[in-house]
Amino acid sequence: MKAKMKGTFLAALMGISALVLGACEPLLFLDPKGPQAQRQADDTMLLIYVMSAIVLVVLVILAVMLVKYRASKQRPDYEPPHIEGSVLIEAICIGIPVIIVIFLSVVSVKSNYIVEAVPQGYEDTEPLVVYASSSNWKWHFSYPEEDIETVNYLFIPAGRAIEFRLYSYGPITSFWIPQLGGQKYAMADMETTLHLAADKPGEFMGRNGNFSGVGFAENTFNVKAMPQAEFDEWVEEVHATAEPLTEEKFEELLEPGHLGTSTYTGTHLEFSPSPGKHSSHSVKDPDAEEHSSH
Amino acid sequence: MEFFERFAIPHPSFLIYVAMASMIIGAIVIVAGITYLKKWGYLWREWITTVDHKKIGIMYLIVALLMLFRGGIDAVMLRYQLAMPENTFLDSQHYNEVFTTHGIVMILFMAMPFIIFFFNFLVPLQIGARDVAFPRLNSLSFWLFFMGMGLFNISFVIGGSPDAGWTSYFPLAGNEFSTSVGTNYYMISLQIAGLGTLMTGINFMTTIFRMRAPGMTLMRMPMFTWSALIANVIIVFAFPVLTVALAMGTLDRLAGTQFFTTDNGGMDMLWANLFWVWGHPEVYILILPAFGLFSEIIPVFARRNLYGYTSMVWSMIIISVFSFGVWTHHFFTMGQGALTNSVFSITTMAIAVPTGVKIFNWLFTLYKGKIEMTTPMLYSMLFIPLFTLGGVTGVMLAMSAADYQYHNSMFLVAHFHNVIIPGVVYAMLAGLTFYWPKLFGFMLNEKIGKATAWIMSIGFVLSFIPMYITGLDGQPRRGYTYSEASGYGTLNMVAFIGAMIMSVSFLMLVYNIYYSFRNSPRDIGDDPWDARSLEWATNTPIPEYNFAVLPQIKSREAFWDHKYGGKDKDLFAGQKIERIHMPNKSGVPFIMNVFFFVLGFCLVFSMYIPAIIAFVGVLACMAHRSFEDDHGFYFEVEEIEEIEREKRGAIK
Amino acid sequence: MAHVDTSKPLEYQTEEGRLKILGFWIFLGAEIMLFATLFTCYFVMEGRTGNGPTGAEIFEIGPVLIETFVLLTSSFTIGLAIHAMRLGAKKATINFMIVTLLLGAVFLGVEIYEFYHYAHIGAGITVSGFTSTLLTTLGTHGLHVTFGLFWGTAIILQIAKRGLNNVTANKAFIFSLYWHFLDVVWIFIFSFIYLKGML
Repeated sequence: MKAKMKGTFLAALMGISALVLGACEPLLFLDPKGPQAQRQADDTMLLIYVMSAIVLVVLVILAVMLVKYRASKQRPDYEPPHIEGSVLIEAICIGIPVIIVIFLSVVSVKSNYIVEAVPQGYEDTEPLVVYASSSNWKWHFSYPEEDIETVNYLFIPAGRAIEFRLYSYGPITSFWIPQLGGQKYAMADMETTLHLAADKPGEFMGRNGNFSGVGFAENTFNVKAMPQAEFDEWVEEVHATAEPLTEEKFEELLEPGHLGTSTYTGTHLEFSPSPGKHSSHSVKDPDAEEHSSH
Repeated sequence: MEFFERFAIPHPSFLIYVAMASMIIGAIVIVAGITYLKKWGYLWREWITTVDHKKIGIMYLIVALLMLFRGGIDAVMLRYQLAMPENTFLDSQHYNEVFTTHGIVMILFMAMPFIIFFFNFLVPLQIGARDVAFPRLNSLSFWLFFMGMGLFNISFVIGGSPDAGWTSYFPLAGNEFSTSVGTNYYMISLQIAGLGTLMTGINFMTTIFRMRAPGMTLMRMPMFTWSALIANVIIVFAFPVLTVALAMGTLDRLAGTQFFTTDNGGMDMLWANLFWVWGHPEVYILILPAFGLFSEIIPVFARRNLYGYTSMVWSMIIISVFSFGVWTHHFFTMGQGALTNSVFSITTMAIAVPTGVKIFNWLFTLYKGKIEMTTPMLYSMLFIPLFTLGGVTGVMLAMSAADYQYHNSMFLVAHFHNVIIPGVVYAMLAGLTFYWPKLFGFMLNEKIGKATAWIMSIGFVLSFIPMYITGLDGQPRRGYTYSEASGYGTLNMVAFIGAMIMSVSFLMLVYNIYYSFRNSPRDIGDDPWDARSLEWATNTPIPEYNFAVLPQIKSREAFWDHKYGGKDKDLFAGQKIERIHMPNKSGVPFIMNVFFFVLGFCLVFSMYIPAIIAFVGVLACMAHRSFEDDHGFYFEVEEIEEIEREKRGAIK
Repeated sequence: MAHVDTSKPLEYQTEEGRLKILGFWIFLGAEIMLFATLFTCYFVMEGRTGNGPTGAEIFEIGPVLIETFVLLTSSFTIGLAIHAMRLGAKKATINFMIVTLLLGAVFLGVEIYEFYHYAHIGAGITVSGFTSTLLTTLGTHGLHVTFGLFWGTAIILQIAKRGLNNVTANKAFIFSLYWHFLDVVWIFIFSFIYLKGML
């Protein structure tokens, strides 16, 4: 029976995927290290369960129909009846999906407000503000309070809310540290904000998620979360050892290409400020054009 | 010399030279072949100048199949590059060009002409009309589309392909970051092809509104015609947005305007918004006719009427309305804030409801049926579970908070292939197999056909299920390479194997056409599947005027009722043959579009004087049309009787 | 098929004519989307003037009022032309159409002056997001008018040569729809671009 064949085929497939999902090393998104990523992973797991149930229902109905109503199983003179449709059955077919969609909508709206706010459990901490800006194909991290800047690596204190302010010196890029939380765009004419936090010290992969040209694939950076004391030590050390970031040096850094990591005192915000926050939908914004782009 | 340098490819490689050589050799072979067989006259008289909707349809079909193979080769190259970590088959620049052209070719030059082929071939037959409302315009639409397609495809041998992704986001696609003419090709060729599609939309809306056979009310129309009507309404309202976006992009690149630039008040986000205000409805332009085809095929092989006709129609109408209200879900991560994201998250998920209704209606069409698993039916039955999987992952992506993770990952790539391949491609292949006997007078081999469907599905599953997993593991889309340490290697190799298996299935499709052409019997009659709707009431091959007398419709499945003694047993009865007015052939649409092609090509390279000359040529052709005194011609009664007698006196 | 229903006005008498009128209405639907998109872009870009001038700084009421007056009048005269056509008055139809096109040409002349003026005072199309969108929106309308001048001329020549029949009447009628549509678009441009910008 082909229907059965297909049933087994698909069941085997789902089994394989379940195996991969469960057995091997946990997948990056499902191995969260911060509250935002945790929320996203929880939503993902919930969705996988609900969606598997839906797929299963469709598969079962399809299998039953195909097994039961095949021509080979029926009398040669059988003539199928004319059935217009039934209000009750169609109401069920609309009603159940509507209930599922309402349920998921509630989850979705809640999650939206959670991932857009200071991470839950970290509301009391003083958030560390980091300006993350991209240029072809690098990331510049400016710590205005600490008055330091790094290229292509990011140190953050664990157990503290981090407020990333994102913008770009070129194409649209997307700032993304999967284990701490999902991405957000960095654009040249508008600053966006992403709230993240790392629960514990650890090292994570960060990258640009949005295609930005030839150097896109290697547009990555390392993230290290460390205890606050260690972070403070690092800041002091930078002040003691690193060179100051001059405007010329920064212009040099913006040149297209890949660079290793580097560290500076001072930030580029002084001479090349962020484009500032304004919604993409606001019509009139007097300071929209204030920043002269380098 | 400087003049010619601009036509050189900025980033040549061995592969491009091979492609170039094979294109030139291919062109020489075709030209020589046609000359040797003395077919130029035939080509001009029967095809290039034709205004017959069936022939125009077949030309769309040929382009779609050619582009399926071009896009397919792109796909295999992409998968091969990613099959192993740190592979060096393609470098970054080439990879970018290949995925850009793969996207555009597959969506705009494969899927679009494929559905327009079905519009052209089926809609007039299904509504009992003799042609579309504006046959000349139809020819113009085809040649606009064809020249747009041609212009796009020469980009990789002259001047360089676009490389900013099929979405072509600014500022990446602007002059600062895309210095080759590739993106000019994108803007201008899509503009030309898009104009053709817009004309198609107007033409088919008018056709369906005004040219239905007597008695065919809107709620008696076959489901494919309904889907075509709705898709064409979406075309008419969505494509002007693309027109504006492309015009602005062209001006930014050629005239130095500030629409999408990053300073002087330009706004890169405006492009993304405009692109997706068109782009999302575009997805439904593709999928609704696919749904329509499945709704034609499933009842035929379940030997039962379509379950829930009314809810099928309403669900399509609701989908079409919603399709304009979800575009922001393509960039939840642009920083619009929680409120905007919540609204678009909910509207997006809401689309799942009418889509779900359609899935259940197809399932219930099987209920108490008498199912014959022919090739078209097999595609349809494979479509249901695979498309459901794609649909539910779409709901996952609609959860905006979680989408912060899925966005730009392979998960997204897996999702949209998972809806487009089982949805659109399967529908196209099912429809092609189903209508093949009506088109060409013989059936495709069932054994090879079924094997093709199975192999394609196995290849599909192997290609795209791994991408869901590597996506959740953080593999970004559009990255030309990844490190060994990332651990994506194994699954990407599986995906490549899947892609190879899919390629085999497409080659089997070609072989099937060849094999069946050689071996299939030709005496299959006009209605080999024992089908239900009006297109099967015509003779095969279909005479130019389609129906000698117009059918009188009394029910939804007029032809079925006619055959089996329902309300419509007098479908053609009691009607006298009258002379039939038909439109004249014309070469002007073709000539006009040759000018359009030259115009587009000159604009790509900013050669304004020849561009102006070509534009004057376009205007001259329009003026010619305006002053032309074209009254068409008549099939006289004796002629029609003669033709109909030859086809075994089909006026029953 | 070439059934002539003489109870209807000339332009509606053949099925082909009726199809063309419906098709043209659908085309106007697409045109509405086109201009709606342009207007939306304009509203988004209105304040994004960069280093360039704002609308209030460059708009001049004089030429705009002339343009508005001329185009509104031409909409009236094309209406008269169609009225004359319905009465079967070939000469009056032609004359009113000529007046319409002349008014259109005056409109276009003033608009060209306006564009020249903008370029002259440093508000050319490449200056800022605002000027790009403004001049593209106005220019799209202007191009439509330009095309209308050629199209209208072709129809006048045909009516002169072939008289009023169900083909030429149909063309003239469709042309009048187009012309009225351009007038409606202009009213939007006048209200939402010029008046809003100057206030």
